[in-house]
Amino acid sequence: MQLAEVPLLEARRLERRFGVSPILRGLDFTLQRGDVLLVVGENGTGKTTLLRLLAGLLRPTAGQVLFQGTPLQSSDPAGRRFTGLLSHQSHMYDELTLRENLVFAARLHGLENPGKLIDSAISAAGLEARADDRLGRLSRGMLQRAAIARAFLHQPSLLLLDEPFTALDTASAERVRAWLAGQAASGHGIILVTHQPSEVWDLATHVGVLAAGRWGIFEPRPPNIADFDRRYREATRV
Amino acid sequence: MSDPASVVSEDAFLRPILAVAAKDLRLELRGKTGLLSAVMFAALVLIIFNFSRDITLVSNVDFAPSVLWVTFAFGSVVTLNRAFHLERENAAFDGLRLAPVSRSSIYLGKLLANLVFAGIMELVTVPLFILFFDVSMGRAWLGVAGVTALATIGFVSVGTVFSAMVVRTRFAELMLPVLLLPFMVPPLIGATQATTRLLAGRPLSELWGWLRLLALFDIVFVTLCALTFWAVVDE
Amino acid sequence: MSTPSAGRSAIRNGLRLTLFGLCLLAGIYVLALHYTPMEIRQGLAQKIFYLHAPAAWSALLAFVFVGIVSVLYLWLQDPRLDLFAASSVEVGLVFCMVMLTTGPIWARPVWGTWWTWDPRLTLTLLLFFIFLGYLALRAALTDRSERARFSAVIGIMGLLLVPFIHLSVYLFRTMHPTPIVLKPSAPSLPPVMLTTLLASFGVATVLYIAFVMVRYGLALEAFAREEADLAA
Repeated sequence: MQLAEVPLLEARRLERRFGVSPILRGLDFTLQRGDVLLVVGENGTGKTTLLRLLAGLLRPTAGQVLFQGTPLQSSDPAGRRFTGLLSHQSHMYDELTLRENLVFAARLHGLENPGKLIDSAISAAGLEARADDRLGRLSRGMLQRAAIARAFLHQPSLLLLDEPFTALDTASAERVRAWLAGQAASGHGIILVTHQPSEVWDLATHVGVLAAGRWGIFEPRPPNIADFDRRYREATRV
Repeated sequence: MSDPASVVSEDAFLRPILAVAAKDLRLELRGKTGLLSAVMFAALVLIIFNFSRDITLVSNVDFAPSVLWVTFAFGSVVTLNRAFHLERENAAFDGLRLAPVSRSSIYLGKLLANLVFAGIMELVTVPLFILFFDVSMGRAWLGVAGVTALATIGFVSVGTVFSAMVVRTRFAELMLPVLLLPFMVPPLIGATQATTRLLAGRPLSELWGWLRLLALFDIVFVTLCALTFWAVVDE
Repeated sequence: MSTPSAGRSAIRNGLRLTLFGLCLLAGIYVLALHYTPMEIRQGLAQKIFYLHAPAAWSALLAFVFVGIVSVLYLWLQDPRLDLFAASSVEVGLVFCMVMLTTGPIWARPVWGTWWTWDPRLTLTLLLFFIFLGYLALRAALTDRSERARFSAVIGIMGLLLVPFIHLSVYLFRTMHPTPIVLKPSAPSLPPVMLTTLLASFGVATVLYIAFVMVRYGLALEAFAREEADLAA
C-alpha cells in the first residue's frame, strides 16, 4: 500500500463508555490530508470525548484509532507527536508567562529550534506585547489565542480543535480562520468541534453530527448551510 | 507529508524528565508557599518533640535519631501533595499526557522535583536539629547525608505515585499519609538504625546491611512505580 | 458480560464450602482441646496458636492473591479481576483482625504483655493498614475504571512491600517464638501438635477460599445489577 493511500486518520468501531453508559457506540470514519471535518452537535453527545480519544487522552473501550495506518496506543508516546489538541482548558500554568509555557511545551515535544518556533507562534497569536506577562493576567480572548499557540506549537499534521472561536473577537477569529485554511492547504487534517458551523462553513470539507453516540449525519459539506440546518434538526430530534 | 517540528534525539529519555522537574521548580519558586510551609512544618515538629519528653529521663543521644527520622518522614509527606495539585489548574496535566512523552518519564520528572523539595526541607531541618538537640555529627555527617538521600528516595518514590492517586479524592491530604505510612516503614527502620549507628561512631561494617536494605528498597520501588504509573494517569 | 447467575452460583458454592469449612473448624477445636497435649510452659493459652497462626497464614494468602490478581487486572483489564481482588482484601482484613486479637490474648498470659513487636505481628498489623487503606481509597473513588486501576497499583506495591517489611522488622530483636515449624530439619513440634497445626492451616485455607467465593459472588451480583440499571 502506498503512503498516499493511507488515510491520515481512521477510526474503526470506536466506542467509549463512561462507567457503564456508552458515550460513543461504534464510530467509523476516515480523514484524508487536507480534510476539514466539522463536528456539530448538542452538549453531551460525545464531541469532546471523540476529540480526546483521537488525541490519545482517553483509551477506547472498544475499537481503534489509526494514525497513518498505525494504531494509536497509550504505551507508544511517539504516536502522539503528530497530533495537536485545543480543548476547553488551556493546559498551561497561570503563574508562568506565555513564553515560559511555550518553552516547556517545546521541551516536552523535543522541538528543534524552539526559539524560532516560539517566536513565530507568539507573533501569529498577536501576543508579542504580553508574552512575558504571567498567563493569569491575560484576558479571556488573549488566553484563547495563547492556548491555540500552545496546542499547535509542534506543528502537528492532525489538528483537533474544540470550539476554537470561544472568547475571540472578530479580528482574532478571522486570523484563526485564515490560519486554519493555511493548515488545510498544506495538507494537514483538521477536526473542529463547533456549536456554530456557520463560522467555518466555507472552510469545511466534511460535516458530521453525533446523535446517540453514532453518526447521525456524516457527509461531504453541503454548499447550503440552511439545508444542512434542517437535516441537522431532524437528525438530532429526540 | 509535512514533517512536524519535533525530533527524536539521544537525550529523548532524559529531556522530558528534566523539563517536568525544571517546570515544577520554577513554579514552586514563584509561588513559594508550598515549600515554605513544608519547611516550617518540619521545624515545628522538631520543636514539639522537644516538649514531648522528660529531658532528665530521655537523653538527646538516645532520642535524636528517632526525632530526626519522624520529622523527615512527616516532612516528606507534606511536600508531596504539591506535585499533582498544581497540575489541576487549566487541566495542565492533560498537556503532559498529550505530549509524546512516556508515563514513566512524567513520573520520574515528578519524582525528581519532589526529591529536590524534600531535600530542601531536610537541608533546613538538619541545622535546627543539631541546634535543638545538641547533636555532634562530627565526621558522621557524610554518612547521615547518604542515609538521608537513600531513605528519602524510598519515601518519595512511593509517595509520588500515591499523591497522583489521591489528588482525585476529596480528602487528599488525609488519604495520602493513610496509604503511604505503611510503605514508609522499611526505609524508616533502615534509616533510623543506620543513623543511630553513625551518630554513635560505629564502624561501616555494622551499617552495611541497613544501607543495602535502603538501596534495594529504592531500586525495587522506583522501578515498580515507574512501570505502573501509567495505570494511575491513563484514562 | 457477567450474569447474575454467575454471582449466585459463586455465592451458593461459597456458602456450601463455608459450611464445610466451619465443620472442619469445629473439628479443629475438638482436636486442639481434647486430643492435642497441653504445652508445658505456656499452658492452655498455647492452644490459641491453632487459630492465630492459620489466621496469619490466610491473611498473607489473601494479600498474595490480591497482588497477583492486581497484576492480571492491569494486564487483562477484566473488571471481574478487580472485584475478586477487592473481595480478597475484605476477607484478608477479617483474618488480620483474628490474628491481631488472638495475638494479644496469647501474649498476655504467656509473656505478661499484651503486645509484642515481633516480626509476624508487626507485618500483619501493617497488612491490616494496607488493606484498610485499599478499601478507604476505593470508597473515595467513584469512577469504576479509576477505582480498579488504582486498587491494582496498591495491590502490587503492597505485595512487593511484604518482603521488605519482613526483612526490616525481623532484624529487630523479637519476642516471638522462633519458627518451630518451618525449620529445614524436622520441625521441633511433637507430631500430634504438628498435625493439628497443619490441619488448622488447611482449614484456614478452605475458609479463605469459601469466604472469598461468597464475597466475590455478592460483588458479581451487585456489578450485574448496576449494569442492568444503567443499561435500562
